[in-house]
Amino acid sequence: MSTTNDTHGKVDQATGVSTTGHEWDGISELNNPLPRWWLWVWYACIVWAIGYWILYPAWPLVSSATPGLLGWHSRSAVAMQIADLNAIRSESAAKLANASLEQIEQTPTLLSLARAQGRVAFADNCAPCHGAGGGGATGFPNLNDDDWLWGGSLEQIQTTIEHGIRANDPDTRQGSMPAFGKDGILQKPEISAVADYVRTLSGIAKPGADFAKGKEVFEGNCAACHGEDGKGNQEMGAPNLTDGIWLYGSDKATIEYGVTNGRGNVMPAWHARLDPTTIKALTVYVHSLGGGR
Amino acid sequence: MMTALSTKSEDKKAPVVVSGDDDIPLYEARRQIYPQSVHGRFRTIKWVLLGITLGIYYLLPFVRWDRGPDAPNQAVLIDFPARRFYFFFLEIWPQEFYYVAGLLILSALILFLMNAVAGRVWCGYLCPQTVWTDLFMAVERLIEGDRRERMISDAAPWTMEKVAHKTLKHSVWLLIAWWTGGAWVLYFADAPTLVVELATFQAPAMAYMSIAVLTFTTYALAGHMREQVCTYMCPWPRIQAALTDEYALNVTYLYDRGEPRGSVKKAAVLREKGLPAGDCVDCGQCVAVCPTGVDIRHGLQLPCIQCGLCIDACNTVMHKIGRPGNLITYESEANLEARAAGKPFVQRILRPRTILYGVLIALVSGLMLTALIGRSTEGVAAIHDRNPLFVRLSSGAIRNAYTIRLINKKLEERTFILSVEGVPDASLEVIGDNADGLTIGPDQTREVRVLVTTGDKLPPAASLPVTFRIRDKASGLSASVTDHFIGP
Repeated sequence: MSTTNDTHGKVDQATGVSTTGHEWDGISELNNPLPRWWLWVWYACIVWAIGYWILYPAWPLVSSATPGLLGWHSRSAVAMQIADLNAIRSESAAKLANASLEQIEQTPTLLSLARAQGRVAFADNCAPCHGAGGGGATGFPNLNDDDWLWGGSLEQIQTTIEHGIRANDPDTRQGSMPAFGKDGILQKPEISAVADYVRTLSGIAKPGADFAKGKEVFEGNCAACHGEDGKGNQEMGAPNLTDGIWLYGSDKATIEYGVTNGRGNVMPAWHARLDPTTIKALTVYVHSLGGGR
Repeated sequence: MMTALSTKSEDKKAPVVVSGDDDIPLYEARRQIYPQSVHGRFRTIKWVLLGITLGIYYLLPFVRWDRGPDAPNQAVLIDFPARRFYFFFLEIWPQEFYYVAGLLILSALILFLMNAVAGRVWCGYLCPQTVWTDLFMAVERLIEGDRRERMISDAAPWTMEKVAHKTLKHSVWLLIAWWTGGAWVLYFADAPTLVVELATFQAPAMAYMSIAVLTFTTYALAGHMREQVCTYMCPWPRIQAALTDEYALNVTYLYDRGEPRGSVKKAAVLREKGLPAGDCVDCGQCVAVCPTGVDIRHGLQLPCIQCGLCIDACNTVMHKIGRPGNLITYESEANLEARAAGKPFVQRILRPRTILYGVLIALVSGLMLTALIGRSTEGVAAIHDRNPLFVRLSSGAIRNAYTIRLINKKLEERTFILSVEGVPDASLEVIGDNADGLTIGPDQTREVRVLVTTGDKLPPAASLPVTFRIRDKASGLSASVTDHFIGP
C-alpha cells in the first residue's frame, strides 16, 4: 500500500523505494540517493584542503616540505609550549632556587617538587651509568645504598655532581687507587696475600697462612688511604673495605686485578651542563633514594 | 499494513538531481518543510518538556551547593584543571569515572525500555535536536507567520519586509544559539565569575572558542539541518528499528478505520448506502504539521520522530467533523493486526523484553548505589621500585623502596599513620616525613617515598607479600594495599 516518489518510473514493491532500473537475475537496485548537502560538504572539504595546503606545511619536497604562508612550524610550536610550561612553573622553580637543600628536604611540597624534577633530570643525565632508579652496576655505584665513596650528605652529593670525580674540572674530586702491580711496587705473592687479607676484613674469608704477610703489606701500602682498620676515607674516595658492598666485586681475582692495575673511574662535572636548580633537585633526589646521610 | 522503512519523503514532486545518460537521480535535493502550528494534548506536553529541559540546561550552572571553604560551591561543575566532577552531593575523581560509565549504561537501558514501551519517546519529546528545533520553529512562526505565510513569502520575490523578517529571524536564532553555547561553558567554571569575565572579555580563549563552535552547531542544526539530522545523521533511528517489536506503542494511523478515505460528503453518501466509508477526510493536516514532513498514513517510517503532533492535528479535524478522535493514535502493530483479524484487544507492556530491561536497570542502579554508599574517603596505592628491586646495605640488611600515594577524598585536612605488615623485623622510613603522622590536605593526594628494611635473614630469592595500611588518626578509618618485598 505504500506509494513513493516516482522519479524513475520503476518502484520496488516491497520497500516502496524507486529503483535505478538496474536489474540482475531479478534483483533490482534500490535508489536511495544521498542528500545534496552531503555533496556540498564534500566540496567544502576540498576547499578546506586547498586552503590548508597554502597556509600550512603540506607538500613533501626532496629534503623539506612546502613551508605554508602562516609559517607554522611544529618545532616552534613545541618551543612555545615549553616556554608556557616554564612560565607556569616559574613560581615553584623560584622557591626551589631560593631554598637551601635542608629546607627542601624538610618541606613536603618542596621535597616532592625536587624529587619530581630530579627524577626526570636523573633519567636524562645519570641513568646511562647509574641505571634508572640509581641501582648502579659494576664500577658504577649504587646510589640507593648507605655506602658512599665521597660522602652521602646533601652537600657532599652536590659537590660530586657539580665537579665530578677525576673530571676535567679544577675543583673535581681527586684521588685514585695506584697500580701497585703494574708499577712494580708490589710483587705477585704480596698482592695475593693482601687480597686475602682484605677479604678477611669484611668477613668474606677466614684468615689463612698468609694473614700476617697480608696485614703487613696492607699497613705498609694501603692503610694510608683505606685506613688502618680498612674503613676507608671519603676525602680521597677510598672505599670502606669492611662492609658488604663492593663496587667491582669481592672475589679474590677482582681484588688482585684492582691492586695490580689500580682503579680510577670518572664521573663528569655537571655544573657547566645543568643549571644550579636542576643540580639542587638532583642532589635532593639522589639523597632521598634511601642512602642519604 | 505494510511498514515502509524508507528514508524518502513521500511527496511525488520531490525534485532530484538527475545525471546525464543513465537518468538516475544521484543526489536528493532538500525539500523545504513548513510545519504548521498545532494545538492539543501532545503539543502541550512538548511545550512543558521544552520548558523543563531548556530551563535545566540554561539555569543549572547557577545553582549553588555549599561544600565548605575547600571546594567550589557550584552544584554541577566539571572542573578540568583540578580533575574533579561535582554533582550536588557527589564528587567524582578521575579514577572514579566508572560512575559516569554506569550512568551512560543506565541511560542506554532506559532508552531501550522507553522504546520497547512507547517507541521513539526520546526522539519526539526529549532529544536536544527536537527540543531546540521546536524552539527555533516557534521563533520562525512568530516572526514569519505560519506555514501558509512562510510558503507564500519564500516563493515571492524579495521585498524590504521579507528581508526584515529574515534578518530578524536569523538574528534571534543566532542569539539563542549563542546563549546555548554560553550556557555550555558555564558547566566548566564558576558560572557567575565566568559570566562577568565573558562580558568584560577576560575569559579564557577556550571559552570564547567553545561558545563560537556551539553557536554555529546550534544555529546550523536547529535552524537549518533540522529533520536532516534525524534522517541522515542520527544512528538511533537505525538502532531503534532493530530494537522495536510488534507490541511497542507507536504513533499509528488506524487505516482500518480511516480507509477508504474521502470527503465528508462522499463518506456520508457511502454510509447512507450501507457501504464502507473511512473516517480519514484526506485533509492533509497530519502531513502539514509534521516537523519531518512524513505522511503517517504510510505507516511506521524512519524519518518519523513520533512526536504525536499529527495526533493533535487529526483530533482537531475529527472533532470538527463530528467523528470519534484518535484516528491517529499510539497503537501497537500487534493490536492493529488483531483488530483487523477480528481478534480481541492485545496489550503486552510486560513481556520478556521490557522485563529484561527493567531487571537490568534495577541491577545497574543497584550496583551504582552500592558503589556509591561504599565509596571510601581514603585510599593508598603503592609502586615498588623497578630498579633496583632491592638494596643491600653495608650492614648486610635488605631494603626495598616504594612510592606510596595516599588519597584523602574528604574536604578536610587529615593525618594518617602508615604501617607495614608481612615482612619480619621490618622497619619503615618515610623520606622527609614521619610514618606516624602523614598530613594530607583536603581533597588531595600525597606521594611519599617509603623504605622498608629488614635483616639478612630472608630466604634466597624471597618475594614476600607486604601490606601497607594507612589509618586516619582522628576517625580510625583505614585503607590498605598489597605489594611485594623482594630479596636477593
